[in-house]
Amino acid sequence: MSQAPASPSPQALEAAAREWPLWEVFVRPKAGLDHKHCGSLHAADAAMAVQLAREVYTRRQEGSSIWVVPSSQITASDPGDKDMYFDPMEDKVYRHPTFYQLPEAVDHM
Amino acid sequence: MYTQAMDIAPKEERKVVRSLQEAELERRFDEKIDAGDFIEAKDWMPEHYRKTLVRQISQHAHSEIVGMLPEGNWVTRAPTLKRKTILLAKIQDEAGHGLYLYSAAETLGTSRDEMLAALHSGKAKYSSIFNYPTLTWADVGVIGWLVDGAAIMNQVPLTRCSYAPYARAMVRVCREESFHQRQGFDALNVMMREGTPEQRAMVQDATNRWWWPSLMMFGPPDGESVHGAQSARWGIKRISNDDLRQKFIDATAEQAKVLGVTLPDPELKWNETRGHYDFGPIDWSEFWRVVGGDGPCNKERLGARVKAWDDGAWVREAALAHARKQATRQQAA
Repeated sequence: MSQAPASPSPQALEAAAREWPLWEVFVRPKAGLDHKHCGSLHAADAAMAVQLAREVYTRRQEGSSIWVVPSSQITASDPGDKDMYFDPMEDKVYRHPTFYQLPEAVDHM
Repeated sequence: MYTQAMDIAPKEERKVVRSLQEAELERRFDEKIDAGDFIEAKDWMPEHYRKTLVRQISQHAHSEIVGMLPEGNWVTRAPTLKRKTILLAKIQDEAGHGLYLYSAAETLGTSRDEMLAALHSGKAKYSSIFNYPTLTWADVGVIGWLVDGAAIMNQVPLTRCSYAPYARAMVRVCREESFHQRQGFDALNVMMREGTPEQRAMVQDATNRWWWPSLMMFGPPDGESVHGAQSARWGIKRISNDDLRQKFIDATAEQAKVLGVTLPDPELKWNETRGHYDFGPIDWSEFWRVVGGDGPCNKERLGARVKAWDDGAWVREAALAHARKQATRQQAA
């Protein structure tokens, strides 16, 4: 999810010190729905990040609420561990309702 | 616009000697590509794939940003308030598209400033199309119809690009781009239907001037594109330059009839056997001249970008200083 660079070059690190920090933007499309990650942008501070997020990501009323989070504050799972991390759930079919075959009379349960 | 970056960069030598571990990682990477899986920012990827994408995405972003300039020329002179607000909205979209794309490129480990420095020094290119001038109001309409039309042809396949952050940015861009083409056609259509003979002549003149440069946007013929094969292998560019160009010509030739303008190609003719329009030779020497820096507006465009960046330096610094001061105060309180 994080848009933070995978392996910043020395030039990138040096430039990053001068650049406005990077923020991740989350937009709630409409009341009742979750905020969803929609991209990132540079802004000097949080208030500016919210303002710019409106201009960059909601020019057509795509949102009713915006969250911004400094990209550096996001901790992500390691994609290299993906299999080890998520596969244990693969064989737990009994966690799904379709695993259970019920008599037809009550099958809408 | 915008896959030109893949065609015009010099061919780079790939490393021949690789470690066993790297070879294994690359094998798994290729498998993922073959299976049609997406690559995310933190996944392992070959250095050459990363480099190709940084070049492609950043130059795509530059194209969006520089693309604001020819249209910006007409904001204060748009014929009505309605056309002015439409034009402003379109230009704001181009800025947004540039920003989505810069963010996507940054996920590959390059910084925003690095990319902008490459643009400003002339090292990075942008689409050749923006080095042509917008002489009349009809040019603004023709840019929407032809230039954005060509851009859409080029960009739709990029929504399936193997690099996911780029593909996601392109989904957003394509969703918004359709308005650009339609407003352009609409502006021209009004002039053709309700305009004076002079206005109709203006539309024809703008069409004459933008037609060939629009066809060049798709990049050199397939045989001459040095990166085509590798980009196709990696699922970065999925449809060839010539195929996209043909698709664009087929669509546009019909639209021109509806509009009532003549496309400036005496050889343009429907070919029943091929099921496509035949068209005349494209002057590729012009394309390479413009890409090489010798187009009508290269200096002006780059000059405007560098000036905007330099003039904005104090704003960027002041905003950062303000943010730091606020943060310090908050900590003290």
